[in-house]
Amino acid sequence: MQLRQVDKRFGARAILSAFDLRIGAGEFVALLGKSGSGKTTLLRILAGLEPASGGRVQVPQPCTVVFQEPRLIESKSVLDNVRVGLPGDARTRQVALSALAEVGLGEHADAWPHTLSGGEAQRVALARALMREPRLLLLDEPFAALDALTRLKMQALVADLCARHRPAVLLVTHDVDEAIMLADRVLVLAEGRALLDRQVELSRPRQRAQAEPLRRELLGALGVHEH
Amino acid sequence: MSELSMHAPPRLYALTGSRLRGLSLRVLVPVLLLALWAYGSYAGWIAENVLASPLEVVRTAARLIASGVLWHHLSLSLGRALLGLLVGGGLGLGLGMGAGLSKLGEQLIDPTVQMVRAIPFLALVPLFIVWFGIGETSKVLLIAAAAAKPMYLNAYGGARSVDPKLVEMARVFGLSRRRQLLELYLPTALPSLMVGLRLSISLSLIALIAVEVINTSRGIGFLMLQAQEFFKTGILVVCMVLYALLGLGSDLLVRALEQTFMPWRRSRV
Repeated sequence: MQLRQVDKRFGARAILSAFDLRIGAGEFVALLGKSGSGKTTLLRILAGLEPASGGRVQVPQPCTVVFQEPRLIESKSVLDNVRVGLPGDARTRQVALSALAEVGLGEHADAWPHTLSGGEAQRVALARALMREPRLLLLDEPFAALDALTRLKMQALVADLCARHRPAVLLVTHDVDEAIMLADRVLVLAEGRALLDRQVELSRPRQRAQAEPLRRELLGALGVHEH
Repeated sequence: MSELSMHAPPRLYALTGSRLRGLSLRVLVPVLLLALWAYGSYAGWIAENVLASPLEVVRTAARLIASGVLWHHLSLSLGRALLGLLVGGGLGLGLGMGAGLSKLGEQLIDPTVQMVRAIPFLALVPLFIVWFGIGETSKVLLIAAAAAKPMYLNAYGGARSVDPKLVEMARVFGLSRRRQLLELYLPTALPSLMVGLRLSISLSLIALIAVEVINTSRGIGFLMLQAQEFFKTGILVVCMVLYALLGLGSDLLVRALEQTFMPWRRSRV
């Protein structure tokens, strides 16, 4: 995945200016930034939901998204939500079922979305994004709306599934710890530019204590200074 | 434990007792009114030409049914209402979905409809008679005009109630425009469409009464008009009950449709 000299303006306001980004196959990149830093806009450009004002955008297909909300269609069963947009044949049924099994929801294939908890619904959204074997997976603050415990479990699940399927991943988040625990590389975005670009040189599974220096550096870049 | 078992049965009885009392309180007033009506007719307080006795109403109903007179009028009325509902409801549905789904449709359709919908359909009666005569055409079209309005408003609102975030999701996951209509917009609009159908049916029944007491020689409205001329209050009451049954029946029908076509809402309490 490659972005070269990408600009994005809303009226006179520049959100992204001459932005460059390359994500290699199988690389997990976390994009940190305060609200209004342009990180969600960047993701929307990659997802094809927003045109760039200038520059070159190369996105490998298939490219799928997990949004902050599950965004399930309430009139479709869980299974049909997972294979939404695909033909409704036996093959996609099998693939969708195994994707559901991977996120631990094999039993819920025939359930209606409104019967699921927030965490379960988000896992369905994850299964929907993964069953297409994406070459680029975009995660738009997918854990932000979950409670603290569910969030930890979801993060572990995402780490596990990404390690298994190896898509290129761009995770947009404002949670420094989450970025450090999950990503191979962390980017801090400020005023439409990459302020910081760091490899996370920590062995997996990661411990919070090892990450302290990087954590401080990233928080500093975001304007948070702890004493 | 002993205390629990000692107290549990009386509490249970009390519950059933209060339930029974609630039910009897509910039916008390209707039963009293019916008794008053029956006794009043029997005692001669209520004249036959003001209000027929309950017994006379039942006899009248039985006579009308046995002679086939009721069905003779009812079948035509139902046909009119149904045809008007189909034409008007269909038109409202088509225009409402068109206006709700596309910007162009909205600009083309909605302002005009908003202007026209301010006209009460009863005000159209004279004009429709001038245009379409006093025959079936003007009657069906008046019913259609009445039925179209609520269907349009609810279809328009329903089609627009789709969450834009879901539309984004559908785009990302490659749901074609045609499949978006069938799998996202239509199911989302369905609850509104059912509300529209409910209102359209009740308005077409009202319109049915209106057009049938104006100029007809057959239909429930005509039966009422005739009964009114000859002070046959028994027939009037039978017709009123009939309208109530039609309303009730259509409500049950829509409820059954909702159960069938919106299974994802069934399990929701």
